[in-house]
Amino acid sequence: MFDLLTKHLIAPNVWRYSIRAPEIAVKRQAGHFVILRPAANSERIPLTIVASDPAAGTLDIIFQVVGATTRELAALPEGGAIHDIAGPLGHPTHIEKFGTAVMVGGGVGIAPLLPIAQAFKQKGNRVITILGGRSQDFLILENDLKPVSDELFIATDDGSRGQKGLVTDVLKTIISKEKIDIIVAIGPVVMMKAVAELTRPQGIKTMVSLNPLMIDGTGMCGVCRCKVAGKTKFACVDGPEFDGHQVDFDSLKRRLSMFKDEEKKRMEAGN
Amino acid sequence: MSPINLNRAHMPEQEPNIRAHNFAEVNTGLTPELAKQEAARCLFCKKPTCIEGCPVHINIPHFIQAILEDHPDEAVRRIRVDNSLPAICGRVCPQETQCEEKCVLAKKGAPIAIGALERFVGDHAIRACILPDMSNVRANGRKIAIIGSGPSGLTCAGELIKFGYAVTVFEALHELGGVLSYGIPEFRLPKEMIVKCEIDTLKNMGVQFVPNAVIGKIHTIPELQDMGYDAIYIATGAGYPTFMNIPGEDLNYVYSANEFLTRVNLMQAFKGDQSATPIYIGKRVAVIGGGNTALDSARSALRLGAEKVYIVYRRSEAEMPGRAEEIKHAKEEGIDFQLLTLPLEYLSHPNGSVRAMRCIRMELAEPDASGRRKPVPIAGSEFEFQIDSAVVAIGTQANPIIAATTPGLETNKWGYITANESGETNLKNVFAGGDIVSGSATVILAMGAGRTAAGQIHESLNSAK
Ligand SMILES: Cc1cc2nc3c(=O)[nH]c(=O)nc-3n(C[C@H](O)[C@H](O)[C@H](O)COP(=O)(O)OP(=O)(O)OC[C@H]3O[C@@H](n4cnc5c(N)ncnc54)[C@H](O)[C@@H]3O)c2cc1C
Ligand code: FES
Repeated sequence: MFDLLTKHLIAPNVWRYSIRAPEIAVKRQAGHFVILRPAANSERIPLTIVASDPAAGTLDIIFQVVGATTRELAALPEGGAIHDIAGPLGHPTHIEKFGTAVMVGGGVGIAPLLPIAQAFKQKGNRVITILGGRSQDFLILENDLKPVSDELFIATDDGSRGQKGLVTDVLKTIISKEKIDIIVAIGPVVMMKAVAELTRPQGIKTMVSLNPLMIDGTGMCGVCRCKVAGKTKFACVDGPEFDGHQVDFDSLKRRLSMFKDEEKKRMEAGN
Repeated sequence: MSPINLNRAHMPEQEPNIRAHNFAEVNTGLTPELAKQEAARCLFCKKPTCIEGCPVHINIPHFIQAILEDHPDEAVRRIRVDNSLPAICGRVCPQETQCEEKCVLAKKGAPIAIGALERFVGDHAIRACILPDMSNVRANGRKIAIIGSGPSGLTCAGELIKFGYAVTVFEALHELGGVLSYGIPEFRLPKEMIVKCEIDTLKNMGVQFVPNAVIGKIHTIPELQDMGYDAIYIATGAGYPTFMNIPGEDLNYVYSANEFLTRVNLMQAFKGDQSATPIYIGKRVAVIGGGNTALDSARSALRLGAEKVYIVYRRSEAEMPGRAEEIKHAKEEGIDFQLLTLPLEYLSHPNGSVRAMRCIRMELAEPDASGRRKPVPIAGSEFEFQIDSAVVAIGTQANPIIAATTPGLETNKWGYITANESGETNLKNVFAGGDIVSGSATVILAMGAGRTAAGQIHESLNSAK
């Protein structure tokens, strides 16, 4: 059992939780995730660790309510407990001084991007951040990213904040103006694919963090398999970060739709 | 001496047409009368060959004698000398190639039903709550870490706690038991009644369990040593699924057997709507492979409501590695065996889910130098059939997490940990056994390795004093 210390609604249907998990907090690095089960009969779901405080023994996660399990998680009260948390899982992000690094985050994908941007900044990179969302209301963590970004751009679908349009529009302008050494893109599959396509011709190193279905997170079940450079990779142990130019995003998108119908049925039944 | 009785006890079981639709145990167990009758058939050979056939050399006639004499508690005590999980082994061991094959009555086609008797004794221990005697155990102040709670880790823990060590078992998943919990289905090995009870016995004996602990991530092996563990036993199994790398394997509803069985068992999809973790199988399911995992997957699919379940296996029935009893049960339940058949490709609906599979028929070539008959494709025999889901059960490999995070730990070219026959790895006080050393094998071999390693750990730590 892991105590839920605080919960905050940071955007419509998007929660930030601070959880007591001292052993994981000590080991966690940027890029790590956990697998958790809200209650004894829940499904296991993966969530990126957004922040941790080893001294306080806490870690933070951010999630959007999209299905039965996240809804169950959102229903937990402050002072309640999460039944199981396993982690830290996955390979941590490879951080080094590349030069200029562009961080592209879309929707709740901004959450896993935050610790990576912080780590890049700390290593001495120039960090340019581009955040995207449906509208102003759906933008998260802008204030956390500002201090670690040398420049920060925003694009919203409806123009309610920043530039009207897509993150790739902003990115296009940036790469036409200056030399970029690395790009990290995390967000919806279509966004990551668009970024990878944009940077492919110039050969700019582009890392993406994949979010396939997962069960165990240890390489046991294979549900998280992705095609990278034509080979089968398990995102939970080989990733979750991969070279965006080698990822088969169409396969990923298809596999993410796998249990949509069953999920819908269960959501409806639960109502 | 009484005449030889060739009337082998038949384990009562659910009727095929009924059991194919429920997850209750297929075999219902010998009654005390049947067990006693069967025990009476034993010839109590002077040189019992059955013992040679048992990988852990259980003194089989000795415990059968106790059944015959109406002393089931004593039978429990006798069997536990060599096997701490009899209720499990009685259910899942391939007795037909082990003890029962070596029984002298096997030549006459009616070996003693040793597996059924072992299960009878194991079930008695659970029902009557017979705990191992710990009254003479004194804590020796030393700590052991065991990684993985499958049969190998559990057995090692059970032995070491009896020597007086403080034993902690770290398990990656939220549930304990390894393959016993996430792999082997309820209808062959009931979880609440058998697996959980055996684990509870260990808890009562003082073994500590830490679930949700992926060693290599939360603590590495060197860190465990720094935390004061005097010895470490790695029993992480071989649960890393293999795929064939044929087109369409990433289509939706093409599962690895581990994913499929995990959804069904560990995440309890077998309970239908009560389970939070979904599974979709549709009406027609193809299972690829010929081992226990394939048979378990096929029979689980049937029980989840599939109308047609195929087993697609590239060799013939004689080469199927599954337990004989499971093959027989699967046939009775109506599984369609497509033998000498090799999958070539999965075909897709426009929405990315699997629609059909394309296969080719095989024939067995003339025996090669090793005497094995290799399956070879028959030119022009490709064919296609409709499916709604597929389960790939062609085997597993070594999980890489421990090897990748333990500097200097020796592995072989397939990634399995190198250990000698007493379980010693090349690192001091780090031991390993079970599937992570041998590759996918059996419950009893994994247990045997755990027991041997426990003995070696005890010896190593005491000679180092
Ligand atoms: C579907 C199926 C059916 C089978 N049927 C039979 C049968 O009928 N008869 C038979 O004899 N054998 C059968 N087997 C084989 C048998 O189950 C295995 O040989 C046996 O379970 C191996 O035991 P083990 O303890 O080595 O590993 P496992 O049972 O695989 O247990 C390993 C445990 O270690 C955990 N683990 C892995 N990595 C880590 C880590 N880094 N940190 C912490 N924990 C970790 C895993 O989560 C798992 O719980 C079957 C196997 C399968 C998959
Ligand atoms: S989540 Fe099961 S193998 Fe990756």
